[in-house]
Amino acid sequence: MFAYIIRRVLYAIPILIGVNLITFMLFFMLNSPDDMARAQLGAKQTTPAMITAWKAEKGYDKPLFYNEKALGIEKVTDTLFVQESLKLFAFDFGRSDANRDIGREIRERMGPSLSIALPTFLIALVTNISLALLLVLFRGSMLDLSMMVAAVMIMSVSGLFYIILGQVLFSKLWHWVPISGYAHGWEGVKFILLPVFIGVFAGLGSGVRWYRAIFLEQINQDYVRTARAKGLSEIRVLFTHVLRNGMLPILTGVVVIIPSLFMGSLIMESFFGIPGLGSYTIDAINAQDFAIVKAMVFLGSVLYIVGLILTDISYTLFDPRVTL
Amino acid sequence: MTLHLLLTDILVWVLVLLFVLLGWRMGRSVQIRRTWHRIFRSKVAMASAVILLFYILFALLDSVHFRVDNANEKNALREGEIVSLLDLGMLHRKHYSERTYSAPFALREYTKSTVVDEQGRARQRYLPLCYVKDGDYIRQSVLGAGLGLLIALGFILVHWVWRRKREEETVLPWLSAYITFALLFMLFGCMYVMSFSYHVLGTDKVGGDVLYASLKSIRTGVLIGTLTTLVTLPLAVVLGVSAGYFRGWVDDVIQYLYTTLSSIPGVLLIAAGVLTMQVVMDQYADWFASTLERSDLRLLFLIVILGVTSWTSLCRMVRAETLRIAKMDYVTAARAFGVGKMRIMLRHIVPNLMHIILISVALDFSGLVLAEAVLSYVGVGVDPTMYSWGNMINQARLEMAREPMVWWSLFASFIFMFILVLAANLFSDRVQHVLDPRNVS
Amino acid sequence: MFLAVRSTFLLFFMVAILDASVWNSPYSETLRRQNVLFSSFSSPPKHLDPVLSYNANEWAILSQIYEPPLQYNYLKRPYVLEPLSLTDMPEVTYLDRLGKEVDRLSDKVSYSRYRLYLREDIRYAPHPAFARNSNGTLRYGKIDWKTLDSLETLNDLKERGSRRVTAEDYAYAIKRMAVRQYHSPILDTMIPYIVGLRAFSKQITAVAKDKREKKEVLDLRPYHIRGVKVIDRNTLEITIRGKYPQFLYWLAMNFFAPIPWEADLFYQQEGLQAKNISLDTTPVGTGAYYLAENNPNARMRLKRNPLFHTEYYPSLSLIEQQAAGISEALLADSGQPLPFIDEAVYSLEKESIPLWNKFLQGYYDASGISAEAFDQAVQIGSSGSMGLSEAMKQQGISLISAVQPSIFYMAFNMADPVVGGYSVAQRKLRQAISIAQDQEEYISIFLNGRGVAAQGPIPPGIFGHEEGKRGINPVVYDWVEGRRVRKSLAVAKRLLAEAGYPGGISAKTGKRLKLYYDTTATGPDDRALMDWRRKQFAKLGIELVIRATDYNRFQEKVRKGKVQLFSWGWNADYPDPENFLFLLYGGNAVIDTNGAGINSANYKNPEFDTLFREIRTMENTPERLAKIEKMLQIAREDAPWVWGFYPKSLVLVHSWFKNVSPNAMANNTLKYKRIDPRTRYVKQELWNRPAVLPLLIMIAAAVLGLLWLYRAYRKSEEAVISPAGKEGKS
Repeated sequence: MFAYIIRRVLYAIPILIGVNLITFMLFFMLNSPDDMARAQLGAKQTTPAMITAWKAEKGYDKPLFYNEKALGIEKVTDTLFVQESLKLFAFDFGRSDANRDIGREIRERMGPSLSIALPTFLIALVTNISLALLLVLFRGSMLDLSMMVAAVMIMSVSGLFYIILGQVLFSKLWHWVPISGYAHGWEGVKFILLPVFIGVFAGLGSGVRWYRAIFLEQINQDYVRTARAKGLSEIRVLFTHVLRNGMLPILTGVVVIIPSLFMGSLIMESFFGIPGLGSYTIDAINAQDFAIVKAMVFLGSVLYIVGLILTDISYTLFDPRVTL
Repeated sequence: MTLHLLLTDILVWVLVLLFVLLGWRMGRSVQIRRTWHRIFRSKVAMASAVILLFYILFALLDSVHFRVDNANEKNALREGEIVSLLDLGMLHRKHYSERTYSAPFALREYTKSTVVDEQGRARQRYLPLCYVKDGDYIRQSVLGAGLGLLIALGFILVHWVWRRKREEETVLPWLSAYITFALLFMLFGCMYVMSFSYHVLGTDKVGGDVLYASLKSIRTGVLIGTLTTLVTLPLAVVLGVSAGYFRGWVDDVIQYLYTTLSSIPGVLLIAAGVLTMQVVMDQYADWFASTLERSDLRLLFLIVILGVTSWTSLCRMVRAETLRIAKMDYVTAARAFGVGKMRIMLRHIVPNLMHIILISVALDFSGLVLAEAVLSYVGVGVDPTMYSWGNMINQARLEMAREPMVWWSLFASFIFMFILVLAANLFSDRVQHVLDPRNVS
Repeated sequence: MFLAVRSTFLLFFMVAILDASVWNSPYSETLRRQNVLFSSFSSPPKHLDPVLSYNANEWAILSQIYEPPLQYNYLKRPYVLEPLSLTDMPEVTYLDRLGKEVDRLSDKVSYSRYRLYLREDIRYAPHPAFARNSNGTLRYGKIDWKTLDSLETLNDLKERGSRRVTAEDYAYAIKRMAVRQYHSPILDTMIPYIVGLRAFSKQITAVAKDKREKKEVLDLRPYHIRGVKVIDRNTLEITIRGKYPQFLYWLAMNFFAPIPWEADLFYQQEGLQAKNISLDTTPVGTGAYYLAENNPNARMRLKRNPLFHTEYYPSLSLIEQQAAGISEALLADSGQPLPFIDEAVYSLEKESIPLWNKFLQGYYDASGISAEAFDQAVQIGSSGSMGLSEAMKQQGISLISAVQPSIFYMAFNMADPVVGGYSVAQRKLRQAISIAQDQEEYISIFLNGRGVAAQGPIPPGIFGHEEGKRGINPVVYDWVEGRRVRKSLAVAKRLLAEAGYPGGISAKTGKRLKLYYDTTATGPDDRALMDWRRKQFAKLGIELVIRATDYNRFQEKVRKGKVQLFSWGWNADYPDPENFLFLLYGGNAVIDTNGAGINSANYKNPEFDTLFREIRTMENTPERLAKIEKMLQIAREDAPWVWGFYPKSLVLVHSWFKNVSPNAMANNTLKYKRIDPRTRYVKQELWNRPAVLPLLIMIAAAVLGLLWLYRAYRKSEEAVISPAGKEGKS
């Protein structure tokens, strides 16, 4: 197991290099260092002297991949790509073009992102599972049928509608919660109520269907029939057997999402004015701030890979048949 | 008028051709016919399929474009303009636009404007709309619905006679298909007839007809949903099967490829794609002279990039399934008999992956239609000059802040999108139910 | 445990509900009751260092904190400069080449010398950089690692100090400007003017590079610019090459605000940068406010500077009042000490809908009007004047509008063989197109009337702009019955035929004229906009092809002169015609200056250029006016631009927000404004009563649903159990 994790971590290195390389190529295909200088300086008159100074200051005066002027191995290493990538692997994200420390910025934005994503995730998990159990309990009844139809309907609506309607209904018409905004601590609860509610509701359809399918698969297994034959009440059966055995597919499906919670949600955060990580990448792409783009892509891939590894580990923990 | 197919038009018709060929080939296999019969045995699946076909019909109608050679005062077409069959049918709502917002079936504008009357005094009043006729709602709607019903009955009759002739055993719930079909025709007939006298779904900010915009958006939605799979499928299947079958370094490379690709934010990829498109357009400026052709190319690039980013999950599934199948007895046996690798993959592995592919195609369709709206919001969606539900929603966001609210754009895009996605979801549900081996018991 | 958490949560919730009668307030109850201004910003300010900040959204905050030597009078129109941190307006003397004083009008003038006399009562807002130990050394001159580790924000450094502003601080700011590594956007503009700046910049940039490599601190005090002299503590002398009267306007910008050396050195200490504590994030100024919180992702908070010098709300004479067209209410506070507001909270609001709704709910004190909300708020009166709609009036909202000193135009690339050139035919093509672009329709459709059709490059409120018949563009308009009327399409068609394109078809090739319009437009409204553009050209039979590109590519095309038609705009830096006319000066042509110029139409007319060089340094005299008029005529005839429109700004203001006067040049306006927090509180309570009924209905429905489910379950359970029970009995 330990060896396996080591192997996966080593395996992650070429992936990260690849991701970094592609990000580099894509970004510099879109923007040349001169463009970046112009965008950042933002002056009405940008003179060549200003551009040269900016590039020298930020280190963008080096060639991208191959430095003809350098000697020996430095031809490859004294380039923008190698210099910048090496810093990333040490998790030194550097400073953004707005002169802020990116690592610190990410840490600051992670909190607000998590304060939406985590409650949404947990409440959705509990709601979805309990509703799914309820449907399994009443399986085949009118309740089951109508709820399943409702679930498909919920799935068929674009998330944007929920946000727009939620804001109009709960904030504009009924004055229950602020339309947008964020605050730290208890003061902030009123701000996250609506986004969390909408997040949970929008995921209800697919969530309930998925869990229901998992539980239904369990309920036809022999051990459940045995348990029922022993005279256990239906609820006991559901909770002790079905839920417990359904945990494996649930966990493996859910674990992979957890790391990505840190990255926040772009749509939710920009509609509700949450100062989270969701819009950080796209804002940086639009502002041509390469330092942020590469840091965020790197962080995103690291979290993605962590998610994959966690999934594999959770397999072994919950299913003794699987060995790594 | 001369036929002038856009790039995506050609692709759409290629796709249609492929489906027909595939259907014809597969139709010869008894096994596959039986599977499809099982799918359509559900009433819901039948009805959903009819709805989907209806949408696809509109998309196809909108995918035959003509270039207008000589302008004609009567039909209000401009020279050199490119119009589709759908446009020709909706000409009365394409070119005659009002000044600004008006509610569904309204006879006057939604907000007051200042008018100077004969005495030179300024007054606030509702301006009348230019292209509406006040008529008898009920008569017109009955007329339209009746017309729709009549046409629908005609088609149904033909189909029924054809079925009788083939003397097929009726296991399929044709009745529900007929009812859906007739209802759809009645609804559309009703709206179409009324659209000559009213703006059935109101008008948007610059006075464009919302019904027309919604109908035009069908093509965008359906194309993104279907053409993307055209990009996804070959990539996912070829790479997935190779990875699962050859194992070793091939597997490593392919796994590396998809893990890397799925780590890069799609926005960056799409932005790069749009840029490539601009370079192409600058080089071949003559080919993309009109705005329509430019936005069409952007749609194509968007589809390609969506395909490139979304093949990874299917590839992973195909790989896992191939790994499983490759260990099966019949594959081992085939290998022992010295059957070639290509042959094993084509004959023994790919056919057994069909259920996974079908399920994923059906599921992805609705996901892609919904994704288009979000992409437009982020600013990397289809061209802003293109009709799409995403663009409509994007505008409607702002309209909801008005007082009184302008709700019909949002409503129209919601309904049109909802019905399509609902039908697709219900159908894919059924496909999954029938094809998923876990459900066989 | 779970129960405990839940009950505290419930308790908290009950308290929160009982505590405030409104639930949807984005601010805390106590904050709402205070003398606090609530405002918003749409994109995070990137830089708050006066040496490089040059964006309107940054200046909105920065100008409340820093004080340059001069400022614009808040109320007077046309815009007038007045001393801010000086005792008087700068004293100007003119020198010849040898440094001998000469008359202003003499043609021997080679230098102008500006003497600035500082006020003695101006102090910096309290800041740790000034804190001193008992022996006089700087308290935080060398922060030790232990303090640094526990440091999160600047507020963690408890000790504060302050000191008087001296002339050296102003010189220090100019020296910082010269350091290339600080990326000053105006360095290259100032180099030709300030004596010795070029040499100094070269020297200090090299020094800065050297220091950075050695990881040493850069202290600018030992270095001096030849043309910037500190005479004594209160006197600064700046020498300018030649005559440049516009220099005074630059002195009203934040670039010339004093920078204390203590702060510069303080922020250069190692470790502070990594905590995002720098001059770029935590300014040190003398203004009416200091930055109490800087979180560009969520909110910025300004608080009243306790050491702010005395300043009074401006008073106007009756004549000035009439000239500026200002109401009595705006003068109610005349002579009162500034500032009025204790604190200002700016929240990040990226989406326009929440912003608008919060304004209507009373949570923002003022708001601009987006096009979406326009109909709701404003009605256009008979004479084109704008008034508020009934609903707005009932809320007590008032409307403030003013024409901006800006222009938006569509430019022809004069270097292009088709639309450019100076032959009669080429000129007529441009004139024809200019007539066909119906700006009035554009303004009414896309701006809801929030603009004025432009007659030339100089917007209203700037010297050289004329109203009425004298001010019209005779190429595009006629003066009919006291109104200007756009020339008819027939005139345009005739001009087009004379240009060699009868009916839009080239007489030479027989092909339809096809023109290319480059744009970066990708927003949701842009389809209508582009359609409209195409229609304007179609009226003449010209086919317009829209080429949409991303911003980088677009700029590059413009820089290299690879465009035909494009739209562009300009905001005044200062209220002088030179700031607009130089957009058409041949010496600034973008293709000749390696992309650095601002004449992006590449317009080059020798006569125009000669006149421009003359008016550049003139005072606002009738003579200057005559020359400017001549230039305008030349430009109108050549038509290098389709003169688009001057935008109008509209601001909606709640009844409790006072002293709001639109001033497009001044940025430091917060100190003049006044809030009536009590009225605001009452109105907020009134407008935001939560609808409780839907909540009760929802709760009731949920309870009933659960009950029903429970009963259904009991029933099904009984149904299963009872047969089993029977079996058990038998």
